[in-house]
Amino acid sequence: MSNFAIETVGLNFNFGNQTIVKDLSLQVPKGSIYGFLGPNGAGKTTTIKILLNLLKSPVDQVFIFGKEINSNRIATLKRIGALVEQPAIYGHLSGKENLINRCILLGIKKAKADEMLALVGLTDAANKKSNKYSLGMKQRLGIALALVSDPELLLLDEPTNGLDPNGIIEIRNLMIELTAKHNKTILVSSHLLAEIERTATHVGIINKGQLLFQGTIDELHLLSKPLLEIEVDQVENASAFLTNSGFEIVSKTDKKITLPFSSAEDSGKLNTLLIQNGFTIYSLYKQRKDLENLFLDITKNN
Amino acid sequence: MRSIYISLVSEFYKSRKTLAFWAAILLPVGICSLVTFGFYSGSEKVLKMNYPGMLLWVSYAGATLNVMGMLIMPFYVMFMAFSVNNIEHKNDTWKTLFAQPLNKFSIYTAKYLFAVLLIFICLFLFAALTFGFGHLLQALIPKYTFSQYNPSTFLINSYTKLFLSSLGILSLQFILSLILADFLKPIGIGFVGTIMGIVTASLKWKYAYLIPYSLPALALQVTKIEKGKDPLDFEIFSREIWTSLTYAAVLFVAGYFIVTKKSIK
Repeated sequence: MSNFAIETVGLNFNFGNQTIVKDLSLQVPKGSIYGFLGPNGAGKTTTIKILLNLLKSPVDQVFIFGKEINSNRIATLKRIGALVEQPAIYGHLSGKENLINRCILLGIKKAKADEMLALVGLTDAANKKSNKYSLGMKQRLGIALALVSDPELLLLDEPTNGLDPNGIIEIRNLMIELTAKHNKTILVSSHLLAEIERTATHVGIINKGQLLFQGTIDELHLLSKPLLEIEVDQVENASAFLTNSGFEIVSKTDKKITLPFSSAEDSGKLNTLLIQNGFTIYSLYKQRKDLENLFLDITKNN
Repeated sequence: MRSIYISLVSEFYKSRKTLAFWAAILLPVGICSLVTFGFYSGSEKVLKMNYPGMLLWVSYAGATLNVMGMLIMPFYVMFMAFSVNNIEHKNDTWKTLFAQPLNKFSIYTAKYLFAVLLIFICLFLFAALTFGFGHLLQALIPKYTFSQYNPSTFLINSYTKLFLSSLGILSLQFILSLILADFLKPIGIGFVGTIMGIVTASLKWKYAYLIPYSLPALALQVTKIEKGKDPLDFEIFSREIWTSLTYAAVLFVAGYFIVTKKSIK
């Protein structure tokens, strides 16, 4: 058995002449929250639709729980819950009726509908027509619909779109709970790195249909080399002194000098050296390169 | 089979609060009530004609049948084909529908069957209400001769013909509504088709039976009456019906291939 909930092998997908996904090799480990990152139009939604077999992939390029998707469509879909783009909701039905309809289609107990409404905090709005819902409520209902079959794998396409900060935190906690307590695997797409960083255990960065990075969140952090920021008096003199002492200076403002961080010991030594030479240190700290910038760097270079 | 049944139940559940569903009930109730009211309030005029039972039934049932066959039936069928598909277009739910663990054939077939079922319910109600209201008229106005003739064969045959002859239009409109995500295009095409159908059918054009839209009108034209036979005991499976069924079958299969190839964007 494969250890991946999702595995794509050199996946290619075109709309006519336009290449949407190019040589994409996703590997989503079981039990992970996989943050699928990319700017708008990078091919995230297309990829998710391929994973749902809504768009037909070439044979032997997409495997869900180790099974080829085209030849195991129904068995695979039974194990997946999905929220694709804006939630697909029947506007003339209430939230509860939308869930009951899904229960009918899945052949599960209708009581599950109430359970799901409570889970996403829509119990009070259960009998309200869903086209009267706010964007955030629709999004929650969409998530409830994705969860109703109790799937092992959840594909969530920008699930926090349109949610307020409270809602975003709830969704975040829900995702963590689902993976930690219920052993689910979640693939969550977003164009916001900060959002993914808070929950994801694994990250894939896609741009123009190509995967630029894939690995654990720690590996992503490693990519961003940490820096040492020193707040010091006499910035000019201090930087001249450091340069003469053979240190590489990354940047300098009128208050701070930034150097590459190598280790805690080295930072200590540097501190001692500056003090011994009559400089006053106000602060000294390790600064990680902003992931947002890293993301931009990675996607820009492509 | 189970997934077709599940999908069918879901179609019913989704549509039960929509106009499309209620139209199947309101349309026959409305039209039959109107005609019945006409026969009730204008009973003196009708009684002057001194119709025997059979002719009275023909003029009474014919009042509904002619309007239905000519104009309302094609439009009703178009509207059904449109509604069943539009519920997914409008809510952008094709993607979730096809992401369910159900085979595409079941989903497609259930939608088609649901439209067929609605048309069947509608026409069944027409026949039943015509029968029932006819007898009600008899009870209200005892001078009427409704009780002299049993119209059930005539009603069943007529409405069965109307039902079968409209399946060709249904399949055609079903595909149009499946592909085109708006109201005007499929209904517009259907409207032009219906006008063409009515014109060609009433002109008795030789090849009118090849146009699906003219089939309901053609099916209701009584063509040959054999001597000594009950003129209302006509053949159901006439050429128009076979044409309609052929159209229905071929286009149903074609629609399925469209569904399997359809990219859900």
